[in-house]
Amino acid sequence: MRIVAVMNRIWRQFLHDKRTLALMLIAPLLILTLVALVFNGNTYKPKIGTVHLPDPIVQSLATTNVKLYAYDSTANALDAMKKQRIDAYIALSDGRPEIMLEGSDPTINKAVLLDMQSLSQEISGESQSLRPIVKYLYGSPTMTSFDSFGPVLIGFFAFFFVFLVSGISFLKERTTGTLERLLATPIRRWEIVTGYVGGFGVFTMVQAILIAWYSVDVLGMMMVGQMLSLLVVTLLLSMTALTLGIFLSSFATSEFQMMQFIPLVIVPQVFFSGLFNIDTMATWLRWLSKVMPLYYGADAMRNIMVRGEDLGAIWLDLVVLLGFSAAFVLLNVLTLRKYRKV
Amino acid sequence: MAARIEVKHVHRRFGNKTVLHDISMDVGESEIFGLLGPSGSGKTTLVKLIAGMDRPSSGTVVVEGVQMPRLDMLGRIGYMAQSDALYLELTARENLAFFASLFGLAGKEKRLRMEEVMSLVNLTDAMNRLVSAYSGGMKRRLSLAIALLHRPKVLLLDEPTVGIDPVLRMSIWRELRAMCQDGTTIVVTTHVMDEAEKCDRLGMIRDGRLIATGTPADLKRDTEASTIEEAFLAYGGVRA
Repeated sequence: MRIVAVMNRIWRQFLHDKRTLALMLIAPLLILTLVALVFNGNTYKPKIGTVHLPDPIVQSLATTNVKLYAYDSTANALDAMKKQRIDAYIALSDGRPEIMLEGSDPTINKAVLLDMQSLSQEISGESQSLRPIVKYLYGSPTMTSFDSFGPVLIGFFAFFFVFLVSGISFLKERTTGTLERLLATPIRRWEIVTGYVGGFGVFTMVQAILIAWYSVDVLGMMMVGQMLSLLVVTLLLSMTALTLGIFLSSFATSEFQMMQFIPLVIVPQVFFSGLFNIDTMATWLRWLSKVMPLYYGADAMRNIMVRGEDLGAIWLDLVVLLGFSAAFVLLNVLTLRKYRKV
Repeated sequence: MAARIEVKHVHRRFGNKTVLHDISMDVGESEIFGLLGPSGSGKTTLVKLIAGMDRPSSGTVVVEGVQMPRLDMLGRIGYMAQSDALYLELTARENLAFFASLFGLAGKEKRLRMEEVMSLVNLTDAMNRLVSAYSGGMKRRLSLAIALLHRPKVLLLDEPTVGIDPVLRMSIWRELRAMCQDGTTIVVTTHVMDEAEKCDRLGMIRDGRLIATGTPADLKRDTEASTIEEAFLAYGGVRA
């Protein structure tokens, strides 16, 4: 069976090339860990200076999520702020509280204002009955940003590493002449492409299981859906990356030129994969996202991990990804005609 | 003697560049046919047409009575390209096993053939070594061994002895001669004139035209030349 021979050869190449193996399996875990550490940190405690505030206000301030520093004049507080020791200070001006923000970091600004808002509500003594009850359809109050874009990252790594490694290995096949030698045997063109898909397919399956398990069980990424659904999506996404990588490799003459596809093909997909809100983009830009495989993969991932949907609910994403793969496989079989006419 | 390879009025154009002009030639059973010509003369293009990897722009290539290119004929032809075309990150054994499977060999026959071809090119001891650790000459020999795996009736060798030392070159030619006597048709391209002397018949190619065919002795006699090199120059219109 020639397809099996091609698959078998690809596995053996992987096993001999430990470094590439490590890149495919360990690198995604490493980066995910870093991202988790960066985004799962504790919420920032604003450092707030107080200048001659009445005791009751200081006491209720102390109950919020801030660090307090007392100053005896606004000049001193301003001085401390310039030296970046505090993020804001509160002083009384004509009996009204006045908040001065350092202001260079929007995230900190928001955090300070949010704290002040809850404080003012408490002081003005709004009745409890008017305060809305907050409920979550998906997610939870403890959901971090890592939970929200983690699914996108899982999809991205599966896509990126498979694209790169498969593209380069097919390119090498062409530049070293082994492709020509392959085509001098009675193997059919579709058998080569299928062998590649199969060989890398098993491999990406291992990668997908490892990434998914690590993200959910070790990094504690939010996961309310089924693991099996997640693997199906990862595998389909990898298939698309694989067939696209092989296809684009025929337009590159060296590994360096293959690398040049990263900013052209991979990076734009990141912007449209849901890390940023697509709905606020211009209409024509939104249309662009519809031709990007990662958009569908990330959408499916997020629906499974955050919203707990099953495969039936994301069938459209799956069909589109399958369609992409099928189209690229066909293109690959056609481009191989360039090297052998039958 | 029945012709095993028949090339009739073959032209091959790439865009508006004509690489082969009206090539006609026959190669019989049990014959070593040498294609002699400088690099860029169209030797490789002609070999690829015979191997069934390319289609002539006009004219026909017939191998064993079957018009090429035909997928099922690829299993009866052994083709060794100019580049070694090996998987460097695999061992010699893994390379052989892969190509043997593609040619449909399996089980005991496959193992046996792998041993046979490796001892033929004198690489038995290096069977389990990674090809990336091979020297240039060893790679060339392994490449030849792969082309012989499936006992092809037609063997096409594009510059087979480049980078191989004289002793080994002699032993490879002895093997080619032995295979030829067993009924294999062999086409060899070369630009080394002394190698051309070892062929039964020669075809001289220059600028995509077959300028002469015949036995080395005939070619030398016709041009009153003492070496093949002089004969080649004479046919090319240059008197030495």
